[in-house]
Amino acid sequence: MMLEAASIERTTEERTPVEAAELSASPENGQLLELSMGPHHPSTHGVFRMNVQLEGERVMRLKPVFGYLHRNHEQIAEKVSYLASIPYTDRLDYLCSMTNNWAYALTVEKLAGLAVPERAEYIRVITAELTRLQNHASLIGFLLQDMGASGTPLMYAFREREKILDLFESLSGARMMCNYMRFGGVRVDLPPQWVERAQALVGGFPRFLDEFERLLMGNEILMGRTQGVGVLPRELAINAGITGPMLRASGVNYDIRKVDGYGIYGRFKFRVPLGEHGDVYDRYMMRVLEMRESVGILKQALGEIPGGPIIDAKARLRGLRPKAGEAYGRIESPKGELGFFLISDGSTNPYRYRVRPPSLINLTVLEDMCLGRNVADVVVILGSVDIVLGEVDR
Amino acid sequence: MLGEGIVKGMAETARNFFGSFVDRSRLTTAQFPEERLPQPEATRVFPFLIYDTEDREKGLRCVACKICEAECPPKCIYIEKSTDKKPDYAGKPQFYPQVFDIDVSVCMSCQICVEVCPFEAIKMDTAFELSTDDRFGGLLWQKDRLSRPNEYYHSIHPTEAAEVDRALAEKKAKAEAKPAAGAAAAR
Repeated sequence: MMLEAASIERTTEERTPVEAAELSASPENGQLLELSMGPHHPSTHGVFRMNVQLEGERVMRLKPVFGYLHRNHEQIAEKVSYLASIPYTDRLDYLCSMTNNWAYALTVEKLAGLAVPERAEYIRVITAELTRLQNHASLIGFLLQDMGASGTPLMYAFREREKILDLFESLSGARMMCNYMRFGGVRVDLPPQWVERAQALVGGFPRFLDEFERLLMGNEILMGRTQGVGVLPRELAINAGITGPMLRASGVNYDIRKVDGYGIYGRFKFRVPLGEHGDVYDRYMMRVLEMRESVGILKQALGEIPGGPIIDAKARLRGLRPKAGEAYGRIESPKGELGFFLISDGSTNPYRYRVRPPSLINLTVLEDMCLGRNVADVVVILGSVDIVLGEVDR
Repeated sequence: MLGEGIVKGMAETARNFFGSFVDRSRLTTAQFPEERLPQPEATRVFPFLIYDTEDREKGLRCVACKICEAECPPKCIYIEKSTDKKPDYAGKPQFYPQVFDIDVSVCMSCQICVEVCPFEAIKMDTAFELSTDDRFGGLLWQKDRLSRPNEYYHSIHPTEAAEVDRALAEKKAKAEAKPAAGAAAAR
């Protein structure tokens, strides 16, 4: 007999978690234990801390505490030139430096009115989708690690991730802190044989996904730990401003690649996977399906990449002075809507620099998803949110 | 059947384990100190300064314009400009850095200094085994440790160095043609 999702107790269906928590948190029900999970606990994906109030194993309250990795990113960016902020954006979500670069470059391009040449647009799409592949693969690895599958899925995911990082290294010189995009284009052209190598990797990626699927799909422990756990209702997801795979897992069809069509995403055929239940399993599946769609985008982009310049002829590296004004640029980063808001006063550094980090905003519903669940579920639910503390704390 | 999924997953693990004996692509770990993977040409670790002629003091391309110092995002470069001038590669008298320090404990290897340098004087090194037990002096690199000959640059980034040499030669030819043309016009 297969363990069905329906056979798992779904507390959320009878009453909302908040009601459930309030019902049983009354004083006559006994004492609550306050436990500080983190900041240096391997399951918290960095230096994140959760103050949980427990009744036995059940979570009654959960208060996220962050700021341990605060590096004053926004203030520093207001003091240095526009160019000098690019390497700092690498360090926001340090798994996805390419998409961070892109979001920032997109905003400055809007502000300064720079155009991006065709070839650079293709390179941006290719690097961003490769970033999405490696982010989602390692996220699934980490999620499984949190569930106790110590090692195997994570190592398989990292094996594939290494290949993508090798590509990034030969392109930009660094594996993770790529510092690759520039305003109006990209920094260097693709090295010889790069497209062929990328095509070989993308061609082999479905094999890895199939292997991953055989390894995990239908695994009873995975099903039991994820199905019906950490349900995020559709309305709450919209109201809380959740974006990215987490929002789509709750059944909301919202992908900025489709909505905004920034860059040249309008040219590629891809589907946006949608979940139904909004539980951890759906969030996990979102990532698996998105990887398949990314492979499709990559195949199209690598096939039709044109020649030509890689940076706008008007773009100057140093001394960029956009005229006074403001701009908000956003992209669909692997974690959600990554936006940059810049106000220029006409000088060489931004007057105001603000990051809209998807990780932080997706974390705001953590308590709602965790109430009434066990401590072990909290770890899995946090894992499914996909946070990187560099981005949460900035 | 309960447990079927787990058995299937185990079979996949076994396939990877036994496959690693026959298929090289399943065995991805490089045994680092003994086995070293080649570094791609674009690799960047920390910056170094290029000098052209035999003499590392006189041949230094850096003219202490301090652009890299101003643009460096973590501000890890410290330059003191000289008071006298020395001739550069084109024979034009230029200032030179009396002090050029890079605090590599602060440097984040972003390559911005290389991109903004108009004189092709600072480039990225690829050496990465740099640990030291002196956390202050050992990580504050002075001018003599930073300067490397152009041949070294050619040995680590051959394509890029060839391009830079070509661009510099063009510049020099132009600079030499100018006074000659000017003298011809005056006559």
